[in-house]
Amino acid sequence: MLEVEGIKAGYGGRAVLDGISFSVQDGSITAVLGANGAGKTTLIRLLNRSLDPFEGDVVLEGRPLADLSRRQIARSVAVVAQENETNFPVSVLEFVLAGRFAHGSAFGWESERDIAAAETAMELCELEGMGHRLMNELSGGERQRVLLARALATEAGTLLLDEPTANLDLSHQAMMFRLVRERTKGCGGSAVVITHDLNLASEFADQILLLKEGKIAACGSPEEVLTADLIADLFEVEVLLDRNPRTGNVRITTLF
Amino acid sequence: MTKPGSSAGKRKALRYGAGFAVLLAASLFVGASLGAERLSIFSLSDTESAILFGIRFPRVLLGACVGASLAVAGAGLQALLRNPLAEPYLLGVSNGAALGTMLAIILFGSFEFARPVLAFGGAALATFAVYQIARSKAGMNAERLILSGVIITTLLSSVIILLTSLLDATRLRSFTFWLLGDLSQATMTGFWVCFAAAVAGTLILSTQAKALNLMMVGERDALDFGVEVGRTRLAVFAASAGLVGVAVSASGSVGFVGLIVPHLIRLFAGSDNRFVIPFSALFGASFVVLADTFARTLIAPRELPVGAITALIGCPLFIWLLRKN
Repeated sequence: MLEVEGIKAGYGGRAVLDGISFSVQDGSITAVLGANGAGKTTLIRLLNRSLDPFEGDVVLEGRPLADLSRRQIARSVAVVAQENETNFPVSVLEFVLAGRFAHGSAFGWESERDIAAAETAMELCELEGMGHRLMNELSGGERQRVLLARALATEAGTLLLDEPTANLDLSHQAMMFRLVRERTKGCGGSAVVITHDLNLASEFADQILLLKEGKIAACGSPEEVLTADLIADLFEVEVLLDRNPRTGNVRITTLF
Repeated sequence: MTKPGSSAGKRKALRYGAGFAVLLAASLFVGASLGAERLSIFSLSDTESAILFGIRFPRVLLGACVGASLAVAGAGLQALLRNPLAEPYLLGVSNGAALGTMLAIILFGSFEFARPVLAFGGAALATFAVYQIARSKAGMNAERLILSGVIITTLLSSVIILLTSLLDATRLRSFTFWLLGDLSQATMTGFWVCFAAAVAGTLILSTQAKALNLMMVGERDALDFGVEVGRTRLAVFAASAGLVGVAVSASGSVGFVGLIVPHLIRLFAGSDNRFVIPFSALFGASFVVLADTFARTLIAPRELPVGAITALIGCPLFIWLLRKN
């Protein structure tokens, strides 16, 4: 379980987030929603201590992240960041294998176990046969799948995903969320996902965290949080709410 | 393709490593044999023996260490700064070392060991200055880094010119030649100091190679996947400054080696720094030995500065890389 307790955090002394407390249960997906600049990416950075808070703690399985080394954190928490680009000719397999850095020696070669984990992750992300391709020759969507494969290759229990579907077509969006759900439900892990897609959040999330100007505007189940008033307050748009006829979950349609 | 950690990957490492080691041995042989006086190494007269052991060996061995040091420093800085154009000469690190060496010569005269120490200090300060200037809230792009390098290089060049104007005419000529990269003053003491620095620096950077594979794609990625970024950055900056400082104090500013060599290695062996760093050491050593042999023989008995030869090869490559990026 991941617990966030009274966090205040930001950059250069300026607080971007204040008074943030919530917990992520094992086996659950938490979606983080909010307007641009609300502090969503900053929150994700706190959850693996790539940013230190001014105040408060993030506690993973009963231990504050501040007490853990970077390698210990990386073995438990994996990140699918927003797309990145490299100027070097790095192959897909090398990129995914780099995700195994925290396992084994910091200096040596990857073990057969590392290679097997990377290959399994690539298969799950439909990247078979692409191991030799160079990262800077891939499309945005393909790169996004490689980022997910690298995170899955870590075999970490907690996944943090920052707008993971931004460049993906519909079928790969579904694949991405299916994999995240399998990882959380099947293996008892958890996931925190930043998304702008309210309908995806409604379908896949067990808990939704609404952020507004660095504070929690609401936190609860999709039923509790995805209300017309809260959405209007957060995004300043009018929406129509009904039910997905197949799943019965809340469905949001923006009214222009 | 070969997988980095598999047995095929290790075989590839051994195959390339053996190939580059043979190339280095051949380069050392050619470098020792050729020059103003062509030597037949297996049947030497007394005079030829004196030339070989007193002049040629120190020179080719020092050249090898200088080449290895500059190439490895270039490979490390490029991966750390996520920029294939990062190079000790272009970033002003070599000029920082040159200024340190010059101060050692002026302040401590004949005390030879002051030169590598002050050169290291100068290289470290220049590296720190370029890094701080190039950094911004939005990150560090290629243009910003190169411009910062140009600014620091220009500043340090001005100070060097001011100091050289204090030298007498004879020292001025020899110092100007040295600044362009000159191995003619090689001694066995200089070689041993440079050898120790090259081995230590290459080992330190090799221990960071796996972390650099992540740094190379992003500092944030490296943090996320378990790299102690601050520690890696410090190790790479310190090792690079040490490598460049000692190399420059022994041979002047031999430019572009740190650009050309890692780039060619990546073309052959890919971007995995566990290959790039040690192979850069072996190939960089061969490259400078051969470039110096060329510089010594092209218009023999007169000599060209080896830095002029490496720059003639490096400049077109730099332009090509800049356009490609």
